[in-house]
Amino acid sequence: MTGNPATALPRLESAGLDGWMVRLFEQIDEANLPWITALARHCESAFGDVLVDLVPSYTTLLVVFDPVRLSPTEARQKITGLLVELEPDEHMGTGQVHELPTFYDSSVGPDLGRVAEHTGMTVAEVIDCHSSKTYRVFALGFAPGFAFMGLTDPRLECPRLDTPRKKVPVGSVAIAARQTAAYPTATPGGWNLLGRTSARLFDREREGFSLLRVGDEVRFVSVSREEFERQGGDTTPMEAAG
Amino acid sequence: MTAQRKMESAIRVHRSGPLALLQDLGRFGVRHLGVTQGGPADLYSWAWANYLAGNPWGTASLEITFGGLQLVSERDLDIAIAGADLGATLDGQPVPLWQRITWKEGQKLAFASPVSGLRAYLSVRGGFAAEPVLGSVATVGREQLGGFDGWGSKLADGDRLAIYSPDGKPAEGMTEAPDDARKDFRESPVLELLPGAQIGEFTGRSLYDAFNTWWRVDDRADRMGVRLLGPKLQCRIRSLISEGISLGGVQVPPDGQPIALLNDRQTIGGYPRLGALSPLSASRLAQCLPGQEVRLVARGSGPVLENYRTFLAGFRS
Repeated sequence: MTGNPATALPRLESAGLDGWMVRLFEQIDEANLPWITALARHCESAFGDVLVDLVPSYTTLLVVFDPVRLSPTEARQKITGLLVELEPDEHMGTGQVHELPTFYDSSVGPDLGRVAEHTGMTVAEVIDCHSSKTYRVFALGFAPGFAFMGLTDPRLECPRLDTPRKKVPVGSVAIAARQTAAYPTATPGGWNLLGRTSARLFDREREGFSLLRVGDEVRFVSVSREEFERQGGDTTPMEAAG
Repeated sequence: MTAQRKMESAIRVHRSGPLALLQDLGRFGVRHLGVTQGGPADLYSWAWANYLAGNPWGTASLEITFGGLQLVSERDLDIAIAGADLGATLDGQPVPLWQRITWKEGQKLAFASPVSGLRAYLSVRGGFAAEPVLGSVATVGREQLGGFDGWGSKLADGDRLAIYSPDGKPAEGMTEAPDDARKDFRESPVLELLPGAQIGEFTGRSLYDAFNTWWRVDDRADRMGVRLLGPKLQCRIRSLISEGISLGGVQVPPDGQPIALLNDRQTIGGYPRLGALSPLSASRLAQCLPGQEVRLVARGSGPVLENYRTFLAGFRS
């Protein structure tokens, strides 16, 4: 993919009649985020009410506009203009910092033992390893408010389950490959479950519903069963929770 | 929109059938939250139904998939049905589609099964009334968003549906769609595809196959996407880092069978894509029954845009 001018970055790729895919990077990297969030902000002001949606992800920003009021060519020119002037957001971005109280326990994190075995660590070391790093939100997707975060410590790298669970309880904290996530709603899921957070990740009382946004920083804070329950966490074990 | 008077119980659901969903234009400005767009799978027919019922662009209608739905009106209503011919009857008499009709109090409107197409749109003058969630009443069951209850539920037996009472002025505009606007969905459609960035990563043979095959619509087809069966397409890239996906995006997983992504698709995905169907071709595909054949044709954005703008101009002004 290198050495060919057609593959130089950043570049714009056709994404249908109403969209441009802005490809900024080739690889997943936390350092990508301040560039992507900066471009998203600039698109919001440059496109105004002709903008329909912005979908930031690990290495890209999908810009969706109203093709009746702006042609793909005009949209392309706008984005190209923004890219020429683009500066990354300061200090790794303008995202918020969240602490997610997490009860790490095999009753709500049934894959703790499996992950320990796979990684050659003790359960306590797995918990310590997962909760000692600050993660960044790379993308939201899969389900509303589901934030893909990373990167986890390389020692925690772990494949997905061979067979996904039919229903993963709300708040489940999980890892797969070198990413981590917490399930905002009960959905099917194939990630390794380590515990459960009491944080309300998808809440209709909140503006935009989702606690986490692309570029945010997240820490999982290990709490006791008592503290977890005090914060409204649900300790129903996995078997009973379905 | 000005304050509208809500009529709490205008229609009673006698039988809900397999899938009847409330759909406005969809949920926008929220895809960065992982929330999908929803909205009518066949924008074309949805727009006609609303227009013929005398409603402004964006009014919520019912999307009736496959049939089976039976509704009883609890007052006289002006309605229009467009899209699929699902053998609809009013008290046993066939209902004309693609035109404004009166549905009298107490009459039973019953949808049977597909004659042509898969999804019919029922618009009631004034529009169906529900509380928007994240700016829209579009029903997305998987996300538990929208619909009459706000939690993404499809219609259920015994539901009573609220509408906004019409403003009293006679509806403007035509009351019947011209013949050339009424689609016969039994024909095998040619779908316009705007090539995307990974198209060059498919082998030459696969590119030939992609555009010279009558693809068969699989029974794995829903509002998220429609799988097409045919020759196995080979791409030099097996997967990408996940990125946003446009409406109509045609992705090709490692099994080589393309999936055209529709309104309820996930917001990001990581399979290479041939490109994206034009909005009207995505609408057309949403009317195909399993087993029906479709063909893909590569198009530049110029003529496709012109066509789309002409379509919207008739409804959106």
